[in-house]
Amino acid sequence: MHTKRLLKVADVASAVAMLAAACGGSSSSSSASGGANGGAAGSAAAVPGGAAFAGPVGDGEGQLNVLAWPGYAENGSSDPNVDWVTPFEKATGCKVNVKSFGTSDEAVKLMQGGGWDVVSASGDATLRLIYGDTVQPVNTDLVPNYKDIFPDLKMQKFNSVAGVPFGIPHGRGANLIMYNTKDVTPAPDSWAPTFEADSPYKGYVTAYDSPIFIADAAVYLMATKPELGIKDPYALDQKQFDAAMALLQQQKPLISEYWSDYTKAVDAFKSGTTKIGTSWQVINNLAKADGATVEAVKAKEGATGWSDTWMVAKDAKNINCAYKWLDWIVSPKVNAQVAEWFGEAPSNSKSCAETSDKSFCDTYHAADTAYWKDVYYWNTPTAKCLDGRTGVQCVPYSEWATAWSALRSS
Amino acid sequence: MRIAGLLAAPMAWLVVVYLGALLALFITAFWTVDDFTGQLVRTFTLKNFQEVFSNPAYLTTVLRTLGIALSVTVVCLVLALPLAMFMARIAKPSWRPLMVALVLTPLWASYLVKVYAWRAMLQPESGVIAWFLKPLGLSGPGYGTVGIIITLTYLWLPYMILPIYAGLTRLPNSMLDASADLGASGGRTFRSIVVPMIFPSVVAGSIFTFSLSLGDYITAQIVGGTTTMLGNVVQTTYVTNLPFAAAVATIPVVIVLLYLTAVRRSGALENL
Repeated sequence: MHTKRLLKVADVASAVAMLAAACGGSSSSSSASGGANGGAAGSAAAVPGGAAFAGPVGDGEGQLNVLAWPGYAENGSSDPNVDWVTPFEKATGCKVNVKSFGTSDEAVKLMQGGGWDVVSASGDATLRLIYGDTVQPVNTDLVPNYKDIFPDLKMQKFNSVAGVPFGIPHGRGANLIMYNTKDVTPAPDSWAPTFEADSPYKGYVTAYDSPIFIADAAVYLMATKPELGIKDPYALDQKQFDAAMALLQQQKPLISEYWSDYTKAVDAFKSGTTKIGTSWQVINNLAKADGATVEAVKAKEGATGWSDTWMVAKDAKNINCAYKWLDWIVSPKVNAQVAEWFGEAPSNSKSCAETSDKSFCDTYHAADTAYWKDVYYWNTPTAKCLDGRTGVQCVPYSEWATAWSALRSS
Repeated sequence: MRIAGLLAAPMAWLVVVYLGALLALFITAFWTVDDFTGQLVRTFTLKNFQEVFSNPAYLTTVLRTLGIALSVTVVCLVLALPLAMFMARIAKPSWRPLMVALVLTPLWASYLVKVYAWRAMLQPESGVIAWFLKPLGLSGPGYGTVGIIITLTYLWLPYMILPIYAGLTRLPNSMLDASADLGASGGRTFRSIVVPMIFPSVVAGSIFTFSLSLGDYITAQIVGGTTTMLGNVVQTTYVTNLPFAAAVATIPVVIVLLYLTAVRRSGALENL
């Protein structure tokens, strides 16, 4: 009981430290990281999740439980040529058990249930995992390939706290407009046909079935209703939030189906039930492989996107296998394989030389900082506005979730 | 003494696992969650129930779910009555085991396989149903409430047929003969003899079809299009807000309890 209360206090303290780091820019963030170092020397209280694994990485425990986005841990069962789990098992002796999840909320819930060693978490899950005390800091010195990760992915707001890294960046991508090239002409370059009431594709639109999709509406409003003053689609005050919900309500009659299971999205595009809507590159690739006439593009209004991080569970039983996996999954060759299969930009700068399609990194803008300017990585909305506004309360994620379930139920 | 020993294990199972889980569910409904991490905060609050009952969207979902469960029950009854009648009273007795086996065959296939099969059949343009209806100038039901009702009816129909079939086989021939001897027409015999005699069986079947439909959410997800049922609300909110999901989940429990009470009042349970 007593220790629990102490932990709570520690959480609050580190939350304050993080907020200070977020508000104050570089100068105060360096002081916050100094504080964290002091904390590591004295007690582990400054950062949630306790201390990172000290190492060295020894022999594997014989197995590893992996929680991953679909397509991130392939063992050849989707496509015999797509397999980086079996070579890992052979090299390390760690037998890999994979479970995939469809939404970040599902990932958070599964992690809270325990029993997993590593997870590929998007930015809208990472902080919830860190402050929920379900993951531990990561000792990047034990991950040799960390040094080759693109610098603009390291130590971001969603994968580190107070200068302490909580995971290894894996890759990034944008949520795209996918469309059936036969039915949708001219080819779309905007989200408008998926949101506007006069869309010619009424009844054939799809959308992602998760509260985080509210941010997609916010991105569209940023371009079409600048008077709302949305700067960050994850920092919406009540008025902006209501506008986004109104847009989603307007979208609802256009929708044929919402999807959170990616195989359902593939099926809907293949069968023609869905002709246009939000999608991932991997869905496009799978539908195309099955002969569907589909394409996926980034909208001119910008897009939501993801930057994923491999994290280690606080109570990981197979810590050595976990660190072996962290290093394996971002090693240039494997990182390139994952990126090509899933359709995202790799995080390892050396991956670009390993892709089978030599223009892959250009296509996915791996090193193109300008491309990512209007891609808003998934993040967890909090009552304190993430865009730094003061004097106004933002709508926290729990209310996003209830608003989404009310929209879906209405 | 020995009987008590034998019963101890199942009773413990019933009380601890079954009622215990229900109780835990009910208690959770009065807690709340941390806004940020989504983890449980164990402080008493009524706000989950307030949210459920004050937001018209959830009330609509409750009514829609009830409507779906009732429709499924009625359609199952309409289909099962003549089928069970044929199996029990008209077909040759030697055929009965075969026909019962045929009714049971769909239960051997996986639930998901059957629902995905219906997803393929219900497909708005290329599905089998749409293809059949096209020459008649009609379009199929597509994905939505009607699709859900059709699929659930298919899934739960055996649970309605079997009790009614059992009830009909137990119907004594002497009663039907007596009714005929006294000059009653077929319709009159059906109304005055058959219906009262098999009423408990119908109730038993309806408990299955009604409560199974009430709690379903996977069918709604696969063939429901944008339509949601109570189970979907639970499924989408339990991750971010477990207490709210628990509050929603108590609604079908209460509805089924009310239904069972009403059934008990009618005396149908005693006759089973």
